[in-house]
Amino acid sequence: MPRSTWLVLIPVLLALGGVLAANRVTPFIFGLPFFMAWVVGTVLITSLVMWLIYSLDPANKP
Amino acid sequence: MNTPLIIIAVSLAFIVFLGMRAKRGVTMNMEQWSVGGRGFSSVLVFVLMAGELYTTFTFLGASGFAYGFGGPALYIVVYTVLAFVMSYWLLPPVWRYAKQHKLLTQSDYYAKIYGSTALGTLVAVVSLVALIPYLILQFKGIGIIVELTSYGGIKPTAAIWIGAGAMTVYVVNSGMRGSANTALLKDAVVLVVCVFLGLYLPYHYYGGLGSMFATIEQAKPGFLALPETGKNAVWYLSTIAISSLGMYLWPHAFASVYTSKTEISFRKNAVVMPIYALVMLFSMFVGMAAILQVPGLSGGQIDLALLKLSIQTFDPWLVGVIGVAGVLTAIVPGSIMLIASSTLFARNIYLVGAPDTSDSRLSLVSRIAALAISLIAVYFAIGGGQSIVALLIMGFSFVTQLTPGLLASLCKTRIANKYGVATGICVGVGTVAYTVLTHQTMQTLFPGAPAWVHDVNIGVIALGLNTAVMLAVTALTRGLVQEPTVALQSEP
Repeated sequence: MPRSTWLVLIPVLLALGGVLAANRVTPFIFGLPFFMAWVVGTVLITSLVMWLIYSLDPANKP
Repeated sequence: MNTPLIIIAVSLAFIVFLGMRAKRGVTMNMEQWSVGGRGFSSVLVFVLMAGELYTTFTFLGASGFAYGFGGPALYIVVYTVLAFVMSYWLLPPVWRYAKQHKLLTQSDYYAKIYGSTALGTLVAVVSLVALIPYLILQFKGIGIIVELTSYGGIKPTAAIWIGAGAMTVYVVNSGMRGSANTALLKDAVVLVVCVFLGLYLPYHYYGGLGSMFATIEQAKPGFLALPETGKNAVWYLSTIAISSLGMYLWPHAFASVYTSKTEISFRKNAVVMPIYALVMLFSMFVGMAAILQVPGLSGGQIDLALLKLSIQTFDPWLVGVIGVAGVLTAIVPGSIMLIASSTLFARNIYLVGAPDTSDSRLSLVSRIAALAISLIAVYFAIGGGQSIVALLIMGFSFVTQLTPGLLASLCKTRIANKYGVATGICVGVGTVAYTVLTHQTMQTLFPGAPAWVHDVNIGVIALGLNTAVMLAVTALTRGLVQEPTVALQSEP
């Protein structure tokens, strides 16, 4: 398993840690309630991290 | 005939046409029918997997949940995304093993990797008990959606017969290829409709998303975050943990993994799918827009929030298009469920009783099973009955009980054998049935425990017992089982 696999901890910690750090409605971020904005941000970062993991994983090299 | 009805009828005819056409140029054997001959591209695998995750539950249920509970609804997005993350490592080895051993069902996997046909049959029975009520739910969805969007022009009974008939015709004819063809169209329509509704309705009633949320916060302070009690942080975390583990354990989701041509598809999709999960956010926007516009829905009625608000807002033709999207979210996943359950019956129950059955005969058996299962589901969707409601609640928890056996099979060292997995599943399923049927909650089970324990999702108990029993029984029966040599982790 490549070392970059550990990056997966980032989305997991953001998604689960969010309930402690971000469980409130205000301030609104781009109009979204803070908790919802946190989830949206987590999802975007998740895709980014998965892309990094994908490109660093030798299994995906042709 | 009214306008929405014409739009829905024409679309349904087009779906059947697409589904039937999918068979062209394919010799239909069992492998073609059940898993599309393992020849699907990344895109098709993507829409199939996304297709079965975005069911009527997500279309009506996610908006309804957001309407009824607010902030906690976000758990749906989070657990889906975490399941997609997990899929990067989970699905490639499963796919590799399935291809190597020509597996067609989820039960085949358990039977082969643990070297026990009986375990396969046990898993098939659990799967069918979970899956058929889920299919019934899709049919019920068709009934409700068509009745509402046709302004009562078509009664649910007629809508269920027509919807189920259309789906069954192309399933029997084209199998998985029919589902894949229609899944492409469905995802396009649902995507456009969800995003449009999620942006337009808040704009129409509040002047924009931002002012909508500000208005809701004023009317119901704190509603858009997690509450202190009930569906609070503990509930949220435990529910996410259980649901993301269970997501790929649905037999139809598992079997659609087999349709892929390459294993790299799963890793590619794990990058894109999280973004795609955000589509559900738009249907939650609709539910939240409905909070102050169609107040007073409670209980099971919250699932009607999206449709009620749409009917109140739009011209009939647009209501028709929304109806089409709704019907598609029921028919396409429903067709995959129908294929999965009839293949399960043919491969893991019928074939066990009659091992000499030829491939072409088994293919016939599974198509007849599809017809029979569809009729059973129609019967219960129209008849209803409380027993079905209980099964629906239990379905997700039942398939979740298959998780320990799957995860154990992926470990490098053998930590579970067939006896352990089988008793674990029985104990897990028994625990779920007991807690649901006797209406137990964490509070009635552990009255003396600290308050936070009472908010834990009750599913963790069954899953915990299941895992403990699996490991214990495996340790006790270690001498009885010849370890099958499995090279699951090795790259091809």
